[in-house]
Amino acid sequence: MSVDVAALSTNGHTSYIDFQGKHKGVLGWLLSTDHKRIGILYLIAILTFFAVGVTIGFFMRLELIAPGKTIMNPQTYNSLFTLHGVIMIFLFVIPGIPAIFGNFFLPILIGAKDVAFPRLNLFSWYLYIFGALLAVLSILLPGGPADTGWTFYIPYSVRTGTNVLLALFAAFVLGFSSILTGLNFVTTVHRLRAPGMGWFKMPLSVWSLYATAWVQILATPIIGITLLLVVIERVFGVGLFDPALGGDPVLYQHLFWIYSHPAVYIMILPAMGVVSEIIPVFAQRTIFGYKFIAYSSIAIALFGSLVWAHHMFTAGMSNTGQFIFSLLTMIVAIPSAIKVFNWTATLYKGSIWVTPPLLYVLAFIFLFSIGGLTGIMQGVLSIDIHVHDTSFIVAHFHYVMFGGTGFGIFAAFHYWFPKMFGRMYNIKTAKAAFWFLFIGFNLLYFPMFIMGWLGMPRRYYDYLPEYQPFHLISTVGSWILIVGLIIMFANLIYALKKGKVTAEKNPWGGETLEWKVDTPPIHENFHTIPIVTERPYEYKNNDLILNQEVK
Amino acid sequence: MEKNDNHSQHSHGYGIYILVWLALMALTAITVTVAGINFGNLTVTTALLIASVKTYLVLTIFMHLRSEDRTFRIFVAVSIFFLLVSFVLLFSDYSFLR
Amino acid sequence: MSSHEHAASLVHRDDVGARMGMWLFLFTELLLFGGMFLLYSVYRFTNQAEFHLAAKELNTVIGTFNTIILLTSSLTMALSIAAIQKNNVNLSIFFQLVTVLLGLAFMVNKYFEWTAKFHHGIYPGSEELLVKSPGEILFFGLYYVMTGLHGLHVLIGMVIILFMTSFTIKGVITRDSYVKLESAGLYWHLVDIIWIFLFPLFYLIT
Repeated sequence: MSVDVAALSTNGHTSYIDFQGKHKGVLGWLLSTDHKRIGILYLIAILTFFAVGVTIGFFMRLELIAPGKTIMNPQTYNSLFTLHGVIMIFLFVIPGIPAIFGNFFLPILIGAKDVAFPRLNLFSWYLYIFGALLAVLSILLPGGPADTGWTFYIPYSVRTGTNVLLALFAAFVLGFSSILTGLNFVTTVHRLRAPGMGWFKMPLSVWSLYATAWVQILATPIIGITLLLVVIERVFGVGLFDPALGGDPVLYQHLFWIYSHPAVYIMILPAMGVVSEIIPVFAQRTIFGYKFIAYSSIAIALFGSLVWAHHMFTAGMSNTGQFIFSLLTMIVAIPSAIKVFNWTATLYKGSIWVTPPLLYVLAFIFLFSIGGLTGIMQGVLSIDIHVHDTSFIVAHFHYVMFGGTGFGIFAAFHYWFPKMFGRMYNIKTAKAAFWFLFIGFNLLYFPMFIMGWLGMPRRYYDYLPEYQPFHLISTVGSWILIVGLIIMFANLIYALKKGKVTAEKNPWGGETLEWKVDTPPIHENFHTIPIVTERPYEYKNNDLILNQEVK
Repeated sequence: MEKNDNHSQHSHGYGIYILVWLALMALTAITVTVAGINFGNLTVTTALLIASVKTYLVLTIFMHLRSEDRTFRIFVAVSIFFLLVSFVLLFSDYSFLR
Repeated sequence: MSSHEHAASLVHRDDVGARMGMWLFLFTELLLFGGMFLLYSVYRFTNQAEFHLAAKELNTVIGTFNTIILLTSSLTMALSIAAIQKNNVNLSIFFQLVTVLLGLAFMVNKYFEWTAKFHHGIYPGSEELLVKSPGEILFFGLYYVMTGLHGLHVLIGMVIILFMTSFTIKGVITRDSYVKLESAGLYWHLVDIIWIFLFPLFYLIT
C-alpha cells in the first residue's frame, strides 16, 4: 500500500507510551481515551483473567488424573468448571482480540486518529472491569461460586443456593461492555476511514472486526435480557422459565443459544482476521481471494446467527426443528472453508519466512480445521445424539476456541508486539514456547475426542477406570501446555523490559498502514492523515517472480 | 461512503409531524375497535399489522429515517431482519412440537 | 470522499457518526425487547386460551389512554427538534418539558394500574396468582417484566430529556448543534415503538 511518505516521516512527536496528557502516571493510563492505551489496559486485564482461567483448568485436570477424589470435593469441581467457563468465555475469548488488538490497531489500519467514540471506549473498559469484579465477588462471597456451568441452564440456576445472581449479573454487564465496543467499531469503520480507503482497500482484519461488531450489537442483547430474566425470576419469583411456574426450560436454552452460538463467531472471526493479516506478510505474497475472505466474514456472521439450536438436539426439540438446524449447520461450514482454502492458496509458492507469528497461524489453521470438521460431525443429528454432553464436545470446543482463537491471540501478540512496545522479543525462545504449546495442546485435548467417542461424559467429577489412560495423557498434556505458556509470557514480559529496542517501522515487511507509522505509534497515530491509493497486501516484486515461474 | 456533509440538516415543518400524529391516533382507534371483533386467527395478524404501520410512520418521520443516509435504512433493515429470522427459526421448532 | 476536511480542526465533530452510534445502540434495545417478545410469542402460542383469559384482567381503557399519551409525547419530542432547527429555543424547551410531563403522566397511570393489580392479589409469587393455571402465571410474569422494563426505559428517557432541556437552556444545544437532542429523541421514539407493540399484545387480546 503506497501512502504519502512525507506525511509519515518522524518529526519529533512522542510515542503514545511517553505522551503526556492531562493526567500523569497511572491516572494518565486509567483516564486516557487514547485507543492504544485502552488496548493496553484491556491487554493487562484480559491476560490476568486468562492466567486465572488457566490455573483453574490446571486444577480441574489434576483432579481428573485418576478416578475418585484426588485433590478436591465434587462441589468444588462443579464450581471450578463453571468459573473456568465463565472466565475464559466472557473475560478472555470474547473480548480478547477485538478489545486488545482491535482497539489498538483498528483505527491505525484504516488511517484514523482514534475510534469514533473515545470516551465510550474507555467506559467499556470500566464496564469490563466492573463485570469482572462482580465475577470475582461471586467467588468470594458466602454461598460459594456458581456451580451451574457457564450455560446457567434452567431450572437448576433458579434453584441452586450458590452465588448465581452475581455471576449472571457479571455476564450481563460484560455483555454490555462487548456491545459498546462493537458499536464503536461499526461507527469507526463507517465514518473514519482515511481518504481513499474504500471498503475493498481495508485490511482483512478490519473486515472481520466489522462483521464481529455487528454480531456483538445484534446478538448480545438477547443473552443480556435472558440472563436478566433469570435474575428477575430468582429475585421476584416471576414465572418465566421455571417449569414449576409453567415455564419452558427448553425456551431458555433457545434464547441462551441465540446469542451464545453467534458468540463463538464473535470469538473466532477476529482470530480469522489476524490470520488473514499475518499470512500474506510471511508468505510475502498478495492474499489470495481478498474479496472471498472479506465476504466470507460477513457470511459467517450471518449464517452463524441461524444455527443456534444445534446445541439442543437432545433437549426435546421437534423433528422439523432438528432437521432445519442440522441443515443450516452444514451451511455455516462453507465460508469457514473458503477462508482456509484461501489461506493455504496464499501460502502456496510464497517465499515463506518462518517466524513465531507464522507458526501460531499455521497451528491455528491445523487446529481450527480439526475443530471445525468435528463440528460438522456434531451437526449431523445421529452423531450428535451419540456424542452430546461427552468430552468429545469439550475437545471440539477447545480445538476451535483455544486452538483457534487462543492461538490467534498469541499470533497477534507476537506479530504486533514490536509495533506496540518498540521492543523485540527473543525469537528462538518464542519458537521453543510454541512447540511446547502445540504439543501440550494436542496431548491435552485429543484424548478427549477418543474418550468422548467411547462415552466419557463432560463435566463429570468421577469416571470408570477404563478411561484413566486418556485422562492421564490429557493431564500430562496440560502440564506441557502450561510450561509453554510460562515460557511464552516470560519471554514477552522480559522483552518489555530488556528486549532489544527497535524503532524500525516495519520489522516484518508488512504492507498495511500500521507498519508505516512510527514504532511505537505516536499519540494520534499519524502526523497527517494518509491518503490511501492501493489495496492492502501488494507484494508486487514477489508476485512478479511468481508469475514468471508459473510461465 | 456516507454523505459528505457532517451536519446534515433535515428540517421538516411542524405540519407533517402533526399529520403523522393524527394518523397514529386514527390507527390506535382502529386497533382498539377492531380488537373487539373476533377474526379468529386473523386478530393477532391485524393487530401486528397496524402496529407495524405505526412503527413505520414513527421510524420514517419522527425518527427522520426518510431523510437520513441510505446506510441507516440498511442498518435498520438488517436489525429487523435478524429479529424476524430469530422468530421464524424459533417457530420452526415450536410449531412442529407434538 | 469522507469527513476528513474536519480532521485538521481541533475538535472532531461528526453528527452523522453520532447519530449512527445512537441508532446502533437502539438496535441493541430493540433486540433486548425482541428477546422478550420471542418469549411472549412462544408462551402465547403454547397457552392461547390461558393468555386470553388472563388478559381480561387488564384495563383496556388505561392501556389506550397510555398509548395516546405516549404517541403524543413522541409528537412533542419531534416538534422540539423541529423548533430548535428553526432556532426557536423557547418553543423547543416548551415541547421538551411537555414531553417529560407526558412521560410522567404515563408513569402515574402505570402506577395506578399496577397498584390495582396488587390490590387484587395479582403479583409475582402471590397466592392468588399461584393457584391460577401455568399459562396465566406466565402471562402475568411477562406482563410485569415487559411493561416494567418498558416503564424503566420511560423513566430513563425522561431523565435524559431533562438533561437536554438544561443543555438547551445553557446554549449547548443550538440550531447548529442539536445532535444530542436528536439522539435523545431517537431513544424516546424507540420507547414509543416498543409500547406500540406491547399495547395490542397485552391489552387487546381478550
